[in-house]
Amino acid sequence: MQNLEFGLTLTVLGMGGTLLILYLIGLVVDGLKKAFLQREKGAKG
Amino acid sequence: MILDGLSSLLIGFTNFQWSHGVMIVVGCALLYLGIKKDMEPLLLVPIGFGALLVNIPMSGLMDEGGLLRHFYEAGVLTEIFPCLIFIGIGAMTDFGPLLENPRILLLGGAGQFGIFLTLLLALALGFSQTEAVAIGIIGACDGPTSIYVTSKYAPHMLGAVSVAAYCYMSMVPIIQPPIMRALTSKEERQIVMKYEKKTVPPAVKIIFPIAVTLVTCLIAPMGTPLMGTLMLGNLLRESGVTDRLVKASQNEIANIVTLLLGISIGATMSGPLFLKTETLMVLGLGLVAISLDTAMGIFLAKIMKVLSGGKVNPLIGAAGISAFPMSARVVQAEGQKANKKNYLLMHAMGANTGGQIGSVLAASVMLSLLKGMGIV
Repeated sequence: MQNLEFGLTLTVLGMGGTLLILYLIGLVVDGLKKAFLQREKGAKG
Repeated sequence: MILDGLSSLLIGFTNFQWSHGVMIVVGCALLYLGIKKDMEPLLLVPIGFGALLVNIPMSGLMDEGGLLRHFYEAGVLTEIFPCLIFIGIGAMTDFGPLLENPRILLLGGAGQFGIFLTLLLALALGFSQTEAVAIGIIGACDGPTSIYVTSKYAPHMLGAVSVAAYCYMSMVPIIQPPIMRALTSKEERQIVMKYEKKTVPPAVKIIFPIAVTLVTCLIAPMGTPLMGTLMLGNLLRESGVTDRLVKASQNEIANIVTLLLGISIGATMSGPLFLKTETLMVLGLGLVAISLDTAMGIFLAKIMKVLSGGKVNPLIGAAGISAFPMSARVVQAEGQKANKKNYLLMHAMGANTGGQIGSVLAASVMLSLLKGMGIV
């Protein structure tokens, strides 16, 4: 039971945490791209 | 006196056990795979030769003060070798395809499911909690990460886990295609994904490794040595001002460390210690882990296909593992088999680099959870 609890906790939190952090990184990259592309457009305009 | 001298020349034979013989054959098999079959030769050749050396009785290479023992203690147990290799990998990796389409990062996460499902399986088979973690991490498909985690929590399994990780990584072109074909229909494999090159501002490429380090390491600090070194290598590459360091990381450092790491891993494969049922179970579970990674990546890509209105080819999900760039090439090849006009390589490269980050991240999260749960 202890092993099952350990395994399930690690699986749920581990996989959930991994996907959540990757999603966060995706958002950060999207935000950075938008900000810098706008800046580049602004510089050209 | 003469007899004593003669007998000293025979101690290699008199101390020879059957397990040494078996492991010498295993070492030769690894050399064969590396040299003749070109499977991860940079690692399998030193590992195979290390296995040969350590199975010569009375050589003392892994005894206190022995040559290979020095390499092992200085580089593997201290975790220096895997981290130095990560600097090289970071310096070699172009995250451009991933930055063009950051949503694809999630595929790199799905490709890590195998780690956790295999961990559950290992626990069910009676392995201890830390051993199960080391076995599960084979599913990261990432040699340095596997070595880092195993040397920390189950050093007695280092040989088996490392050999499994590197052998299965090199066997990705054999392991993945049948799973890909079994889990996708011909119509799905034929889906053409258009590729339009999107501009990624150079500043984003420079900020990316810094942002990833901050986001991931603040949430999962136990993985900082891994993610930090991977991203340091990438920052050196993208900054454009450290050419000498980039070249050194990609070549001299990566090559020297790969050699020493390989021979150190081989040195853990001494017959009496390595030949156990446990080792066979580790090798079997490693194969399960990589197969589950592939399957779960494809399932997530199928969900993306539905959400995108059929624009995503589920095959690219199989590339969400860390075996770079083999996995992306396998996806490209399978896509072209189904439809000659299909060109999935750049999408698969994005998922594949996402898998590199995903594998390190999954290990980091797992290490931090273990610390939080008081297991280590």
